[in-house]
Amino acid sequence: MSSLRYLENIVTLKLDTEKCVGCGMCAVVCPHGVFTIEERKAQVIDRDACIECGACAGNCPVEALSVKAGVGCASAIINGWLTGEEPSCDCGGSC
Amino acid sequence: MSTSNCCPPPKEETPCCPSLKEESASCCPPPAATDACCAPENDSAGCCPGVSDDRPGYKLWPFVSAWLDSPVGQIPQVATRLTPTDIVGRWQMRWGLGRSRYTIAPGLYAIGTPSDDSPVLVTANYKMTFDIVRRDMRGHDAWLLVLDTKGINVWCAAGKGTFGTDEIIRQVQRANLQQLVNHRTLIVPQLGAPGVAAHKVHKACGFKVVYGPVRSNDLPQFLRTGLTATPDMRRVRFTIVDRFILTPVELVSMWKYTLWSILALFILGGIGPQVFSFSAAWSRGITAVAVGLLGLFTGAVITPILLPWLPGRAFAMRGAIAGLVIGVIGILVFSASLDWLNSLALLLAVAAVSSWCAMHFTGSSTFTSPSGVEKEMRQAIPAQAAVLLVGGLCWLAAAF
Repeated sequence: MSSLRYLENIVTLKLDTEKCVGCGMCAVVCPHGVFTIEERKAQVIDRDACIECGACAGNCPVEALSVKAGVGCASAIINGWLTGEEPSCDCGGSC
Repeated sequence: MSTSNCCPPPKEETPCCPSLKEESASCCPPPAATDACCAPENDSAGCCPGVSDDRPGYKLWPFVSAWLDSPVGQIPQVATRLTPTDIVGRWQMRWGLGRSRYTIAPGLYAIGTPSDDSPVLVTANYKMTFDIVRRDMRGHDAWLLVLDTKGINVWCAAGKGTFGTDEIIRQVQRANLQQLVNHRTLIVPQLGAPGVAAHKVHKACGFKVVYGPVRSNDLPQFLRTGLTATPDMRRVRFTIVDRFILTPVELVSMWKYTLWSILALFILGGIGPQVFSFSAAWSRGITAVAVGLLGLFTGAVITPILLPWLPGRAFAMRGAIAGLVIGVIGILVFSASLDWLNSLALLLAVAAVSSWCAMHFTGSSTFTSPSGVEKEMRQAIPAQAAVLLVGGLCWLAAAF
């Protein structure tokens, strides 16, 4: 499955190592193994695997992480373009 | 935690016997919504006398196997063996039939015969999700707190925020969980995390969120090993089986585009030297529809299945490549009846349609980021449109 990789150098994930307290929540919630914890600090080890789901940022107790979260779904993005709203998964239950 | 934290806002005030518009799963659930900690003592006995399975206006869900007495009233106990109806329902969902109403009532359910120290699992009220969780928890005792996600699965609902911090807090209070269990831990599926802030849930209702495994079939092991998940349990996969299962719904979701395109192709097919010919509309139209459907099938079925082995990162690229290969095969198979204009039209149309459909599979996939999808769409859509236009012009020109 190693070739199930998506576009490179595009994700908006940002980690502020200064703020990080090393609690490890980001590493727990990330479904793609983007983070590791070393010496009580989170590190991004696989940035391009990030899908910008926002789980890490939402669960970071010190707001050390930021990401422009959303759904990686073409239909949702087209809906967003057409309605001028944030892309959402209201694709008639097809998501 | 002071008691005030468990008091819902006053508007949450629910009558002792829920009205008809309330969820129908529990035929007459106990007055769980009125928090014992803040509402004056509720004379539930007088209002809901000995819950029976048969009440006017209520229908009991077939998966409720019994009613368990608990400190917060009677809780529906659910079967852990799926019935043929559940399995038929699951197939319907896989084909996208009636997905928006495949819901169960949110609230508290029991799996097995849980006690006050049994784990509390949180899930969504999409019935397929609920069915899979109760099936995977067969032989275990647990409380199942079902959130109101409007019938959407955990991951998508978390993305929308309906599977989220506020809804967890609301359901914890509504179910009177503080009175029911002697621990303060909620096991929330990891894919719910995009909508949940664990620290905020803890602050608001005193329950600590522990993220469980991605897949519910890992729950028994997760519980057995003291709520620890292996790295594998934390990773989302996208196996060939996963991709195959998701293809029908992808096809069904495109039926509107498909019908309009078929109509347009029949009309365009009639254009020729005699201005418009019905016999040409039929014969050329049907060929064009076949080509379109070949593109659809290549982009929405073949590309997803072969996804890891197709070159390129962008889905539109993988779909275009698959479309070109299938298009060449199509030209070779039908070489006797195709002139060069029609052959070119076939190749370009299959590639463009396949690319478009493959791009839409990003929504079913588990590894695409919104930034990436937007980038690939901005590049791919103009290219798809141009290629389709050239292919279409070749096809129209072939009539003359």
